[in-house]
Amino acid sequence: MTGKRTLPTGAHFMSGDIACAEGAIAAGCRFFAGYPITPATEIAEHLSERMPEFGGIYIQMEDEIASIAAVLGASYAGLKAMTATSGPGFSLMQENIGLAVMTETPCVIVDIMRGGPSTGQPTLPGQQDVMQAKWGSHGDYGIIALAPSSVQEMFNLTVEAFNLAETYRVPTLLMGDEIVAHMWEKVVIPPASEIRIVNRKKPHVSPSEYAPFMPEDDLVPPMACFGEGYRFHATGLTHDERGYPRTQNSEVQTRLVRRLCEKINKNADKIINVEEVMLEDADIVVVAYGIVARAALSAVRRAREAGIKAGMLRLITLWPFPEKHVARIAGQAKAIVVPEMNCGQIVREVERAAKETPVSFLSKLGEEPHTPQEILDMVRRCS
Amino acid sequence: MVQEVVHPFAKYLRSAMMPHIWCPGCGNGIVLNCFVHALDELQKDLDKLVVVSGIGCIGRTAGYTNADSFHTTHGRAIAFATGVKLANPELEVVVISGDGDLFAIGGNHFIHAARRNIGIKVICANNFNYGMTGGQQGPTTPLEASTTTTPYGNIEHPFNLVHLAAASGATYVARWTTLHVRRLTQSIKRMLQKEGFCFLEVVSPCPEIFGRRNKMRTGLEMMEWFRRASVVENFSDPSKAEISPEKIVVGEFVNTEKISYERLLHEKIAQINEKAMGW
Repeated sequence: MTGKRTLPTGAHFMSGDIACAEGAIAAGCRFFAGYPITPATEIAEHLSERMPEFGGIYIQMEDEIASIAAVLGASYAGLKAMTATSGPGFSLMQENIGLAVMTETPCVIVDIMRGGPSTGQPTLPGQQDVMQAKWGSHGDYGIIALAPSSVQEMFNLTVEAFNLAETYRVPTLLMGDEIVAHMWEKVVIPPASEIRIVNRKKPHVSPSEYAPFMPEDDLVPPMACFGEGYRFHATGLTHDERGYPRTQNSEVQTRLVRRLCEKINKNADKIINVEEVMLEDADIVVVAYGIVARAALSAVRRAREAGIKAGMLRLITLWPFPEKHVARIAGQAKAIVVPEMNCGQIVREVERAAKETPVSFLSKLGEEPHTPQEILDMVRRCS
Repeated sequence: MVQEVVHPFAKYLRSAMMPHIWCPGCGNGIVLNCFVHALDELQKDLDKLVVVSGIGCIGRTAGYTNADSFHTTHGRAIAFATGVKLANPELEVVVISGDGDLFAIGGNHFIHAARRNIGIKVICANNFNYGMTGGQQGPTTPLEASTTTTPYGNIEHPFNLVHLAAASGATYVARWTTLHVRRLTQSIKRMLQKEGFCFLEVVSPCPEIFGRRNKMRTGLEMMEWFRRASVVENFSDPSKAEISPEKIVVGEFVNTEKISYERLLHEKIAQINEKAMGW
């Protein structure tokens, strides 16, 4: 079935959740399974209307666990697939995010972060899930997580998340927050022909020779899908390159888990995306991401006006962590300031990469993100 | 000259994965045997078959079947299969899993898949306990049965799986024991020819783990119980289909026609696109 409607190419006024939904469609997503949760629900609502217009599938599952499981099934059946949730639902999905990692299932999971723990603050923003994104499922693994700062990026990075998921056969996380999800801004959607789309690589051997988990040089195996005649097996158990369980074999476990980590780590330079603002001569560098980076940008500009050589490193990719970028700015800066809407998560990664350079943490919880003034005050104290 | 003897059903099995992990006297091999017989009799295209399982002994069936197969996390086989069936309705999607997997941790997915009438076929091997983890009490463990976690006898009322399936909206519901191999095979064939959500319970012996704690030490003793107690009551009231030491009600309880979720969904998508074109 082919789509009858088109992307809303051009400039639009829309919310972050809607931009995310449109980004998914633009990326070629044709399967969405989800469960309502504030502040991610509008993604589901918008896709329930839009997905059928593109011949795609929307289903509201009975819970978040079912949603992510259905997403994996749809991906293995050949569709680009996504779910969207918020903190509590993200926690429920963690086991099957691990299954997605282990079975190398390309898919996108949108987590619109709200204040936690537990039910927390359903209508208020947070950045308290970024460590859950990296470590939420059990076992060791590599993962990709992106942090949009604007409604435009909710669109752009959703497309990018699909491209990365398909390239590396890894669940890719879009870590938005309540503010970017609910605020309305101008979004420019390019013509479909100008949107870069990546599709998973397919096997180029016969079914009898196909080993579904045999990696190529980039450490990523080509992916056959159900019904294509390859008749393969996939399991969450430790498995060899054929996909057969080898649960008692430490060599197979080591080879598999190291590869799952390395296919992300060794390709980190290709994956990582950051924005650098006035860093050339910066003494004080603010490292921020998501909605907080917007206040940080304002603070940096005001600091410059006040004669302080401030700059900003905005993390667009959270995982793999942009360690080299932080290490480089740490080499030239006197101090680093990390404002986050949590009690200290990414700041620890910054500290690790910054080594000797002092890192000041500005924590904020609850109602609103940091004001530019709060960040500016911290920049002044460090200068 | 030595001639290589190939089992006529070898093509249905992933021989590289053999030997299987199942204990002597286990019923899982019978379930797999009946399944491949049904595939053979229907001449099913193995390239269009997807076998999905959750966790547990019977869950290994997915890997042993020479089709596309996926071994999910505990309890999530039906939810995974839902995604597969909706994404590609051309595929024959069969879930083969156990009573603990499908009805304890996976109970919610079961009732909702049945309610939606998604065209997946669920075969549940019910051995009344958690075999793979060493024989703990499960959602089908009979009252007073001894398990590793009910050493004083089980005080939880078990699910009647066929009643649950029928009440949840399944279009085909049957129960057999592994003694009833022909009827079991017939039921699998019938399911594979139906459109909506189908459920087959196979009462299956677990002598090593369940039987020896409950005065049935061998597979033969458990099969003897099936032979002695089974009563065929086709189309009887599933709410009254008991399983007790004295009586195991088996048969076909439900066989109705109802449009499947995936057909409704894809028809809806077609309608929406016709409207979009201004028809």
